[in-house]
Amino acid sequence: MDGEVTTEAVEQRIFEILATFGADSDAVAREATFEQLDIDSLDLVELAQIVDEEYDVQVTTEDAEKLTTVGDAIELIASRMS
Amino acid sequence: MRRAVVVTGVGAMTPLGAGAPRLFSEWVAGRSGIAGGVGTCEELEPGDLLSVKEARRTERFAQLAIAACEEAVHGAGWGECVPFDPYRVACVLGTGMGGTAATLPNAAATAVATRYGLRGPSSAPASACAAGADAVAIGVRLIRSGEADAAVVGGAESPLGDAARAVLAATGMVSRTGVCRPFDARRDGFAISEGAAALVLESAAAARERGAAPLGRAIGVGTTCDAFDAIAPDPGAGAASRAIENALSDAGIGPGDVDYVNAHGTGTPLGDRAETRALKEALGDRAGAVPVTSAKSATGHALGAAGAVDAVATVIALAQGVAPPTLGHEVAEQGLDLDYAGDGPRALGSGRSSLVGISSTFALGGHNVVLAFEAGAPA
Repeated sequence: MDGEVTTEAVEQRIFEILATFGADSDAVAREATFEQLDIDSLDLVELAQIVDEEYDVQVTTEDAEKLTTVGDAIELIASRMS
Repeated sequence: MRRAVVVTGVGAMTPLGAGAPRLFSEWVAGRSGIAGGVGTCEELEPGDLLSVKEARRTERFAQLAIAACEEAVHGAGWGECVPFDPYRVACVLGTGMGGTAATLPNAAATAVATRYGLRGPSSAPASACAAGADAVAIGVRLIRSGEADAAVVGGAESPLGDAARAVLAATGMVSRTGVCRPFDARRDGFAISEGAAALVLESAAAARERGAAPLGRAIGVGTTCDAFDAIAPDPGAGAASRAIENALSDAGIGPGDVDYVNAHGTGTPLGDRAETRALKEALGDRAGAVPVTSAKSATGHALGAAGAVDAVATVIALAQGVAPPTLGHEVAEQGLDLDYAGDGPRALGSGRSSLVGISSTFALGGHNVVLAFEAGAPA
């Protein structure tokens, strides 16, 4: 990616992706857990692929297993971009 | 006595529209679902049947299958709960190519069995263009043998991706003009299409017991193999002819009992000629006395779905007493002299209380499946 990508922009993008996965967009928030949103491990693998393509950030299966909330994912991705 | 098998529900998703009634009415009206040489099911709305997550994880051929099965199961009056011991209900859905590399060819059978909780025998025949007809044949045999009381059977295909189309083009059987003209002197191959169709089969006794009103009866099955070539049909058509004879003999009827032939009729130069020869050999003089019409002239050729689409169309044709036309059949070729009904639909079997039709499927690879159906008051 060229230029600075803010954490807010990452958050916005993750919210969008989760909605396309079938999560209720009104329920998507930093505090929401993936379980509450019915986002399962297959969805997270796909999320990791998109993040790799768009931000060149790698999230492994082991990383994904440790993620509980949407905020956890946003922080992990943002931390690896800097 | 062998257990009789009835058809209690049908469903179809084809380029002619959503639903078996549309398949039949559009075809009778002479409308084609082929555009730009390809038949696409534009009316498939996965969101009506599946959650976003389910739709994302279900390949298109399986989505088509679910749409067709939902219609068939609903039409059979099964409601929310399957009216049988789930271990006594089979689910057999064929496909020629399946999905992309991401899923296996059994994806449709699994998705449908899971959706309705069908726990009896389940499989996914892959006999190319005969897969859907094979699924029907397997369902009939499972019910006759007593292994199942009912079966959801059919076929599905969505071969419109670049890779699938390249494979099909390599067979040399795809029309270059993009017009499918079965049995016409100008025919140059089939039009690739997607689609799905399904039938609910039940043992006649079980259907009667639950008060179901059958649409028709599956009375005969004949299956053989050319054992000749990976692509081309045997021009001698001996095995194809034998499949027709076997279906009639299985049904306990003769050529004179046949009122309608729903042909495989893909529009390939070799295939239509071999099929005409097979019909003449198996039916004798009767071949020239009944309409022989091809749905592929209207729907295109949806490979593994085709045999099931044809089975559904045959049941409706017999129930309504109308044979839809072979679209685009205008110029006769020497030796191809049956009544292909190129000029419009035909009324079937005047004065008969019940009508018999055969639906023939002669696949790439030489798999021949012929199904015999009857509708109307039993003889």
